[in-house]
Amino acid sequence: MNYAFTLAARSAWNRRLTLGMTLIAIALSVSLLIGIERVRTDARDTFARSVSGTDLVVGARASAVQLMLYAVFRIGDATNNMRWDSFRMLASHPQVAWAVPLSLGDSHRGFPVLGTNAGYFEHFRYGESRALALAAGQRFEALFEAVIGAEVAERLGYGVGARIVLNHGAGEVSLAAHGDKPFTVVGVLERSGTPVDRTVHVSLEAIEAIHLDWQGGAPIPGFSIPAEFVSKFNLAPKQITAALVGLKNRSAVFAVQRQVNSYSDEPLLAALPGVALDDLWQIVGVAERTLLAISATVVAVGLAGLVAVILAGLGERRRELAILRAVGARPRDIFALLTLEGLFITVLGAMLGLVLLSVATAALGPLAELRYGVAIRPRVVSIDELQWLGMVVGVGLAASLIPGYRAYRLSLSDGLMPRT
Amino acid sequence: MGDTPVIRIRDLLFRWRGAETACLDIPAFEVQRAEHLFLHGPSGSGKSTLLGLLGGVLLPERGELGLLGTKLTSMAAPARDRFRADHVGFIFQQFNLIPYLGVIDNVLLPVRFSSRRRERIAARGATPFDEACRLLDRLGMSGDLRHREAVRLSVGQQQRVAAARALIGGPEIIIADEPTSAMDAGLQLVFVDLLLKEAAAAGATVIFVSHDHRLAAGFPRQLALADINRAIAVAEAA
Repeated sequence: MNYAFTLAARSAWNRRLTLGMTLIAIALSVSLLIGIERVRTDARDTFARSVSGTDLVVGARASAVQLMLYAVFRIGDATNNMRWDSFRMLASHPQVAWAVPLSLGDSHRGFPVLGTNAGYFEHFRYGESRALALAAGQRFEALFEAVIGAEVAERLGYGVGARIVLNHGAGEVSLAAHGDKPFTVVGVLERSGTPVDRTVHVSLEAIEAIHLDWQGGAPIPGFSIPAEFVSKFNLAPKQITAALVGLKNRSAVFAVQRQVNSYSDEPLLAALPGVALDDLWQIVGVAERTLLAISATVVAVGLAGLVAVILAGLGERRRELAILRAVGARPRDIFALLTLEGLFITVLGAMLGLVLLSVATAALGPLAELRYGVAIRPRVVSIDELQWLGMVVGVGLAASLIPGYRAYRLSLSDGLMPRT
Repeated sequence: MGDTPVIRIRDLLFRWRGAETACLDIPAFEVQRAEHLFLHGPSGSGKSTLLGLLGGVLLPERGELGLLGTKLTSMAAPARDRFRADHVGFIFQQFNLIPYLGVIDNVLLPVRFSSRRRERIAARGATPFDEACRLLDRLGMSGDLRHREAVRLSVGQQQRVAAARALIGGPEIIIADEPTSAMDAGLQLVFVDLLLKEAAAAGATVIFVSHDHRLAAGFPRQLALADINRAIAVAEAA
């Protein structure tokens, strides 16, 4: 049996070209399967840890999932804003402990710009109730000051003192720039593993200021207000994108939610982050399961290819099997030889798949984090992934029994003289 | 075990599955210890079937088939495989070698499957590797020929490797099935000579199957399969 293993390995090496192709097919299919599983779990982790301690997210009436996506995860755009008056009403509600305004829409070199106030640094929590902390510098105080997330600082090489120009609208290339009103970076936040890392934070007043001489999403032609004069204008915000709300008593959450949703002056929506996330997983879950089913099928195709290649090679190897029989191999040794070969390729393919995936994660991970805010954690293999790999190897073993059994039958009927 | 025949067959009948008539019908056949037997017969006379029976991969429909005093017919299949590994060395017509193993590893194959062959080598105070080299030397396969890939050898060289493999670990019976038919005429006699000399040195019984009578000269006993197989006689009479 030990020698069957050696023989299987050397025999496989002898047919390394055809088996190598099969090996690559299995490795690719395994890296696809595990990769999808990895993106899935990491996306959920990233989302789940992005907001904590916030009881309600309030914005213009849309779907709760959409509100969460743009207000917390900076994905997509708001279809409507909420009025500043509505925010003030909300903030003064007797049950509301704190309310943080969020104003989105501008960007800096592809990173979203968030207009907010000092309350953001006070009340925003992520992960397990962790507060944002400054790695360097301080919070913004003056009008044209910005605090940047760790990812922004690292990607763009910014530190405290850097001068940055905001662009109108999202996206990496934007023709309309607020070039006349540059900002100074005064603080860099510590890495949180949340969308905050990719965000440039400025005050709500600054957002108003850079849009003073704008109308309908474009600068007003022939009209420009220099930065030094903007403080003479009323910079109180007129509208914001959304608000994060913390309650004095969490048990009031449904009552407050109902009141917000039925607010008569403006159509608003209050979403419970946890419920909205569950809704999101409900929607995404269908796609996830479909992707997993497809990648599992790809693995099955790879293993079917393996069985086909081994079976096809069996015809040429009848002589070899007869020699082994003649020197004393039992039919069960022949069975083991062929089954081990398939198992061997499957295990090797699974391991190579993990290596490929690690390389792909290292190469494409930063891009995924930059574009989609999903941080793919590099790791060797997790328990869940081991279960998937175990299933792959199990199915590979089961599939390898087919050529094993076929060779067993052949060696019984051929004996020492293959009739070829 | 001194006077027990190495091979003893009585009233053996073998029929291929689905066949109407018997392929082998051997009333009596014996081969003695250290005997060198030349067995000839046209193709289709049941030579290969007889070898399959002697190797224990086929079982007769009825009759007695004994090797070294052991009845193969009363053994289970794995025991017959083990018996073959321990006591019988085979050399086939051609393509005797495993292509992905080197010369030495090919020679060592039976030792991997038979603990008895390992023990016999150890009893001589040698290692299997030494023994493989010694046999290859004796068969004229010395030097770097040993380190070549099996598939890069000429047919004659391959058959010498096969002979060393059959002989290693001193099995009592060597069965050679037309081992020279793919060789050049000049080399055939040399090969038979070497094989018989080494078998004699090991005290092994040789059953050499061939239809080429020119090779029969070195064998003390020569036999046509038709002489012992009644099935052929019946078929020819009919």
